[in-house]
Amino acid sequence: MSTRQTYPLHIGPTHPAFKEPVQFNFEIEGERVITCDIEFGYTHRAVEHIARERNFIQILYLLERICGICSVSHPMAYCLAVEQAAEIEVPPRAKYIRTIIGELERLHSHLLWTGVAAHEIGFDTLFLYTWNIREKVLDCLETITGNRINYGILTIGGVRRDITPDLYPVLQETLDYYYDVFERAREIILDNMSIQLRCKNVGILSHENALAYCAVGPTARASGVPRDVRVDYPVNAYPDIEWLKPVSPLDAGREPRGDVYDRMIVRVHEIHQSIDIINFCMENMPEGAVDVEPKATKMISTLKKVQGEGIGRYEAPRGEVSHYDILDNREGPLLMKVKAPTYSNGITWMKMFDNVEIADIPIVIASIDPCVACADRMSFVDSGGRRSIMTSADLHRLSVEKQRRIGK
Amino acid sequence: MITLILTLLMPAFVLVAGIVLGLLMKGVDRKFAAYFQSRIGPPVLQPFYDMGKLMMKQSIIPENAVTWIFKGAPVTALSSSVLLLIYIVVPYFLYLSGVNHFFLQAGDLIVILYVLAIPTVALVSGGFSSGSPYAAIGAQREVVLLMCVELPLAVTTITFATKMSAVCESCPSFSLTTIASHPVWNTMGPMGILGGMMLLLSFVFIVPAESAKIPFDQGEAETEIAEGLLAEYSGKYLAFIQMADGVKSLALVSLTVILFFPHGFTDLTGLRITGGGYDFTLAADVVLFFVKIFAVYFLLITTVRVIMARFKISQAAKILLLTITVVSLSGYMLIYLDTFISAL
Repeated sequence: MSTRQTYPLHIGPTHPAFKEPVQFNFEIEGERVITCDIEFGYTHRAVEHIARERNFIQILYLLERICGICSVSHPMAYCLAVEQAAEIEVPPRAKYIRTIIGELERLHSHLLWTGVAAHEIGFDTLFLYTWNIREKVLDCLETITGNRINYGILTIGGVRRDITPDLYPVLQETLDYYYDVFERAREIILDNMSIQLRCKNVGILSHENALAYCAVGPTARASGVPRDVRVDYPVNAYPDIEWLKPVSPLDAGREPRGDVYDRMIVRVHEIHQSIDIINFCMENMPEGAVDVEPKATKMISTLKKVQGEGIGRYEAPRGEVSHYDILDNREGPLLMKVKAPTYSNGITWMKMFDNVEIADIPIVIASIDPCVACADRMSFVDSGGRRSIMTSADLHRLSVEKQRRIGK
Repeated sequence: MITLILTLLMPAFVLVAGIVLGLLMKGVDRKFAAYFQSRIGPPVLQPFYDMGKLMMKQSIIPENAVTWIFKGAPVTALSSSVLLLIYIVVPYFLYLSGVNHFFLQAGDLIVILYVLAIPTVALVSGGFSSGSPYAAIGAQREVVLLMCVELPLAVTTITFATKMSAVCESCPSFSLTTIASHPVWNTMGPMGILGGMMLLLSFVFIVPAESAKIPFDQGEAETEIAEGLLAEYSGKYLAFIQMADGVKSLALVSLTVILFFPHGFTDLTGLRITGGGYDFTLAADVVLFFVKIFAVYFLLITTVRVIMARFKISQAAKILLLTITVVSLSGYMLIYLDTFISAL
């Protein structure tokens, strides 16, 4: 046989390796991946459409539920966008509290990711270990905000609840705990033989490709692109933190190659960075109000007078999330556009699947920390249940039509 | 008369006891793994509850499966696993109880090597015949694993046979009874003990590879190919496969115990327990054997699967074919040299 024999392998929409529905169609030769095609659209929930029916405050709680893990990042980007449009200045104490909550979220998100990655390569002990130490930050978040996952703490113009001085010991205890366990956790995660065997030189995204495909967040940083919204366009408390710089695999003494192991290094080191940032915020917490307007109705009527547009950018645990909002004398935004990190990172999968084995597929997919629910923009299903593919010309035509329709 | 009863009853007893003990071991294994992972874990009897549930469930046969192979594979796997267990355990206990029986000559390592492959081959054919691409990938991987583990296992077998032929010239050298009656550690110098250690080390990889546990569970790899071989199995066929898995693990652990730690109670203490005119030494031996089985199961299966990630199939093949073969070969060399020196 001179010709290569390949066979198709469909992974998804439901598969033990995935937490969310997405389909991958591979062409496999033996154990090697030859080509790959990705199908999104199984978990589209029309959030942007629903948002247009709601007022400014109601949207916050909708956006928290775009993604279970980025439940601060989306409202944060939205608040920043609306505040920019309405030229609202957030009090300094609220900025610091926002930073603390955002970094606690990053902490638990990265711990969760490490666990998921370990599970994908069959290392359940590490999976349970990281999820076990993650409980501490969830408990802390519950004490501070009242909830473990959907905190409901952000509001336009500040935060809804103050971190009162009697909550400081809780935060301090959490920080001490993570300073204590970090070194051991780092050792368990990064120095483990079998993890290195499975993660090194797997799913490589080169520096050029990371730039060309606009990778964001840890995925970009692992490929040696120093891209971090917290440093590049700092908001909240980040401008005050002088030592903040994007994490790179170089911090662990490894030349960035953009493989799965580099992404693991970046995330583990960001855990430490997050603890440092929270520590900084606690030490330099300004006094004062936490909100420009505690009454939601009053805030809505203020925003109703505004005409303009705003864009909010925030570094979610997975990378840059940006929201674009148009305010046009309505109770809610005229138009809202969400751009989640997976939207950028998902496309880099195509490059990562070069030269990998079937066994690498789950860890490569997990390595960008995908949030399919964030990235799903639309799904077209005709009455017969068949799915169709839209070309970019179709999409352009549809967007022009829609813009005309709602622009009236 | 006693021979006839033994011939008929022992295998029947081993069939029942093997399945029960195999499932119990699975339960204990899960409990210990849960302890390592700071979980509570399922009750120790969970595998039995699972069996009860699976037996009552409907078994779905895929439309494009080759039905007779698909249905036959689990039964073949279970029966060959039990056969393997009988072939390993019965001669050992006959030896311990001092009953002279033709079975004494039966525990032959070469036959064990072949029987060991049957459950895997049965599952592989079941996987290929189920018509699912995941199962086909799993079956391919399992075949690769089976071929790779054969070499170090064969080296170990030959080492033991060589050693036995030097220790006892009149005994059948491949027989488990011979190995059980001449524990390897007793007759070796420091170099031989080092060689024995290396063989034991190679078993740390061979046992998980033969019983398809992490880090060698590529054939089932839940997160990669959705349980691979077993992807299409359900109901009572899955129950049979799980029982076969339990019995096979038990057989492998028993083989390890008999090869490396065959010492009976009398061998260790030089005493015999008697009371009320009866000899309880055999009972003590049985208890001791169970203790050893639990210890070896815990060390070779539970611990290894808890502290490692799953290898890729290419890595697994490399590790088994190169590293472990080299380890077992050097074990062979050392033991051979040791025998050679002591013979001088």
